[in-house]
Amino acid sequence: MTSQSTAPASGSIVVVGGGISGLTTAIEAAEVGYEVYLVEKNPYLGGRVAQLNQYFPKLCPPTCGLEINFRRIKDNPRIKVFTMAQVEKVDGAPGNYNVAIKLNPRYVNEKCTCCGACAEACGAEISDPFNFGMSAKKGAHLPFEMAFPARYVLSKQIIGTEDAKKAKAACKYDAIDLEMQPKTMTLQAGAVVWATGWEPYDAKKIDNLGFGRYDNIITNMMMERMASPNGPTQGKILRPSDSKAPQSVAFVQCAGSRDENHLPYCSYICCMASLKQATYVRARYPEANIYIFYIDLRTPGDRYEKFYKMVKADKKIFFIKGKVAEVNEDPATKTITVTAENAVSGEKIKQTVDMVVLATGMQPTAANGKLPADLKYTADGFILNDFDKGGMFSAGCACKPADVVSSNQNATGMALKAIQTLARK
Amino acid sequence: MDKKYGVYICEGCGIADSLDVEAIKGVAGEEGFTAKTHPILCGADGVAFLKKEIEGGVNTLILCACSRRVNFDTFRFDGCIVDRVSLREGVTWSHPRDKFPKLTEEQKSSGDAFDRVQMMAEDYLRMGIARVQKINLPEPFKLASTSNKILVIGGGITGLSAALDAAKAGYPVTIVEKEDRLGGAGLNWRSQLPTANPYDTLIAPVVEEKIKAVQANSNITVKTGTVVARLAGQPGEFTVTFKKPGEKIEFDVPYPLPPEMRVDESGKELDAETLNKKYMEYNEGKTDILTLDPNGELFGAVILAAGWQPAKIEGGVYAHLGYGEIADVVTNAEFEAIAKKGKIVRPSDGKPAKSVVFVQSPGKDEDDSDFPYAGAVTSLVSLKQAKYVRNDYEDGKAYVFYQHMRTPGLNENFYKSMQQDPGIFMTKGNVLQVAKNGGGLIVKASDTLLGKELKVKADLVVLAAGMIPATKDDAVVNMAYRQGPAFRDINLFNGYCDSNFICFPYETQRTGIYAAGAVRRSMTTEEAMEDATGAALKAIQCISSTNRGVSVHPRSGDMTFPDFFFQRCTQCKRCTQECPFGALDDDAKGTPKPNPTRCRRCGTCMGACPERIIGFADYNIDSIGSMVKSIKVPSTDDYSEPPMRILGLVCENDALPALDIAALNRIGYSADVRLIPVRCLGSVNVIWIKDALSQGMDGVFILGCKHGDDYQCHFVKGSELASIRMKKIGEALASLALENERVAQFEIAIDEYDKVPSIINGFVESIEALGPNPFKGF
Repeated sequence: MTSQSTAPASGSIVVVGGGISGLTTAIEAAEVGYEVYLVEKNPYLGGRVAQLNQYFPKLCPPTCGLEINFRRIKDNPRIKVFTMAQVEKVDGAPGNYNVAIKLNPRYVNEKCTCCGACAEACGAEISDPFNFGMSAKKGAHLPFEMAFPARYVLSKQIIGTEDAKKAKAACKYDAIDLEMQPKTMTLQAGAVVWATGWEPYDAKKIDNLGFGRYDNIITNMMMERMASPNGPTQGKILRPSDSKAPQSVAFVQCAGSRDENHLPYCSYICCMASLKQATYVRARYPEANIYIFYIDLRTPGDRYEKFYKMVKADKKIFFIKGKVAEVNEDPATKTITVTAENAVSGEKIKQTVDMVVLATGMQPTAANGKLPADLKYTADGFILNDFDKGGMFSAGCACKPADVVSSNQNATGMALKAIQTLARK
Repeated sequence: MDKKYGVYICEGCGIADSLDVEAIKGVAGEEGFTAKTHPILCGADGVAFLKKEIEGGVNTLILCACSRRVNFDTFRFDGCIVDRVSLREGVTWSHPRDKFPKLTEEQKSSGDAFDRVQMMAEDYLRMGIARVQKINLPEPFKLASTSNKILVIGGGITGLSAALDAAKAGYPVTIVEKEDRLGGAGLNWRSQLPTANPYDTLIAPVVEEKIKAVQANSNITVKTGTVVARLAGQPGEFTVTFKKPGEKIEFDVPYPLPPEMRVDESGKELDAETLNKKYMEYNEGKTDILTLDPNGELFGAVILAAGWQPAKIEGGVYAHLGYGEIADVVTNAEFEAIAKKGKIVRPSDGKPAKSVVFVQSPGKDEDDSDFPYAGAVTSLVSLKQAKYVRNDYEDGKAYVFYQHMRTPGLNENFYKSMQQDPGIFMTKGNVLQVAKNGGGLIVKASDTLLGKELKVKADLVVLAAGMIPATKDDAVVNMAYRQGPAFRDINLFNGYCDSNFICFPYETQRTGIYAAGAVRRSMTTEEAMEDATGAALKAIQCISSTNRGVSVHPRSGDMTFPDFFFQRCTQCKRCTQECPFGALDDDAKGTPKPNPTRCRRCGTCMGACPERIIGFADYNIDSIGSMVKSIKVPSTDDYSEPPMRILGLVCENDALPALDIAALNRIGYSADVRLIPVRCLGSVNVIWIKDALSQGMDGVFILGCKHGDDYQCHFVKGSELASIRMKKIGEALASLALENERVAQFEIAIDEYDKVPSIINGFVESIEALGPNPFKGF
């Protein structure tokens, strides 16, 4: 019955980026029967979603889906994962690419058993970018508890220090190799999918919103880490200035998004993210007042609309139409006064709160540095797909701002686009 | 296979420091096995050692080392059964010796002291030994023949895109469309929203191009004026009967009896024979689902792209909008039809409509919702249609009243572009009334920002009605499944055929049938086309997996499938009714017919079966039951104050990782529990719980994910079904004179590892308060 016209399960696909979109493209293609190389720059897979506390609208932990995806990788010998790897150059044409990748040293080899002795041996602590600098970690560390691969990594910062030597000495399994050097290798592939994801827009650039100037103004991604059980505060939401429980929290929507001076587009997720984070605050502080300053609430689709209605039913969550123009700190109490401007009337609305969360948007990774391949971009750095040409595709937030569901739909489809390139060969 | 066993104990990662490895070896000896140790099993030398053992004939390995969640590839030995006894995460790390001290010499010599942690390790080895004796290597289930054809239901933009994408990968496709021509909703449009960068202008409808491409593709067959009468069978060999819309045929899908017809006057469920009789009457003229249409066409997988219908504006809540009363108040779909015919004119008198008000939200009260089933699409469509007014008349004016302008993502460009048009006026406003005003209309609205009342004169008013999914009131796909012809539980999604999974948006309760486009969510053309590509991939993947005899998501690649020992089946139908995926169809007597390629291998049937006749090669009633029975339950014959023994059946998807992470953080919990990972709580058969209690264990808990509307169960129903069974077991316990509290179910999310001690220790304490199981020692 099986017809000969069916695509043969041969040819490889390189997927760049091991966040949720890249994982999806890689696994979905491999489960059709294709060989996939998954290239990730971090020492772990999971990307941005690994930093999130919960997904909207289900309020479920992202690690739940990651665990299943990691198991799918474990069970599928067709997927080869490279972490701490970057694409240096892509040559060739659809159906026939050479992808040069650089493997940065992890200083920990496959003998690592995750016993943790190296971390124990390290003295100094370094700032942890996974928690946006809100906590410190040892120079030898596991990126996070559920990290895949489950292997420690030595921060470059401690190489050449006593700590590195101590870590090595502590390892009973000969897993630490301080002489590890960067390696390059070339992968042959018929198609390349760029799932290079996004960066939170740098809130410091939004001058009028006071981030970096006032302690009690944080970004939405920092809020995710704070609310996470494995975060810097073990899930407690606390004012950074004094680690006290906030009585009032303001969310500033469109912090950088829909703004010609920053990100001209809508970042898609921030309205839902703030509604979700309002539930984080409420779960911890039943009495706290929550203020959400917005231009339009974008909760597309029935499920998101239902979530918005649920949040709106909370009498202590106040929705205020208006774009925030400025923020001021009371130096004595460290409270923040948010001033919003009614776009039509010009009327000013002021609200003083203990803590402010900026709903900063997403910027494609390629906005801050073009990728080493023949790709075309929008003015904002999103990768344009050329389906007629084929061969190389962008998936997830590398091609447009999107939520996790849409990214996964898109990334599943990009697995097929890549397969089509191979089938045509 | 003839099993040749080997037990291997790793001494690394603190195992040998914490545990008496010699004593563990002794346990293997008691069970008749020889155990060997190695300092680091996962190291190159350790693996070489294991390979040598395998060369020497060992084919069934019991590795007492780390959790099966790690070193998965290191310990993968093809052709061998490998059991992982988690001494590291399960014992040593989760029970650090600073909190669970070893016995002192004095205690040892007393003869009445025991080391709880050591006991745990020894039990886990016994359990591993018990398990491997009861399992076999799986062999894949292969259909005699597999169709690689894909059926696409719906010939609109989503169906056309899906068909083209699947065909482009080399798969033959049939599109079935109920109308007489392809194209769907897109045929009615004058212009459409942009689908690509820069997203700032209207474009010609892309559907025409897609139709041409489909017609030119020799791999795609088109059946217009046709619907699916029934879809029988299973992925890889769906047998599909087509018919003309409205036709009544013998192979129309039968419907299950509605609940009220299944009971007698007293509310008691009727017997099987009566039920079957009633069912036949109810479905008179239709052939039962188990009879395959000899003239049916075979397909491997299905894409459901049945699209949407424009919503109607009905009911008192919309009375203030004048729709139905005033001829020049129309819906967006009706407006589009006017625009498609030519210049925008008023339905009442055919005169040009140069001033048009677009009403985005029903307004009137404080509610800021858009019309039902709107999504973000209706905001975008209002902008599109406002542009028509401007394109048709130089002096045309379009007013858009909205509560929230929903143009997410890059669609913001389109919004901005429309804002540049000096003849399009957009205002946040709450529409209070639409009324006749001389020959025209007047729209009253309150500007929610300024608090003022606005009045706008209009020739025409357009209401932004939503998109009703085709699946809301029609099964469409008409599955000849015992559980019914439609997707299950779609009320959860307001009639949309959506997935509840954020991470896995194509996963539903029906294997091999993938929904895409507006049946899933109100979507733009761009979104629908993308969704179609994803659904096409999943359909292809399902065919490929079926060909290889392996499961699809979430146990992708699993070769096991449930095996039924029919001689002992009592036709209770529980497996058929409880399977989350509708994989079983029972016959007139109630004997289940398995459809292995519909199955996702969760084991819910195995958990449901009171006769215990369902099992998998490597996971069955006996394998888990034997593990339970191998646990040593100390009594007062052994120690003056014997420790409690508590069984925990833990979901391997969420609870087990949470336990492992707790161990990684050295967060301890009672050493008196014995944990057994299960595929899903739905697979837990109450016999295991009864066995545990009747051998004197003091309590049993099951630990898994959240159920309810936002369920996290990867198998949809597992934890929910488990909770129902747990309630019933309470009654059984009472009849045994055991307290209900000895059995409990707890919820844990994967990231809640910090809750592990409070859940487990809390339960242990409650059992200690009850005192030992009176059956202990018997």
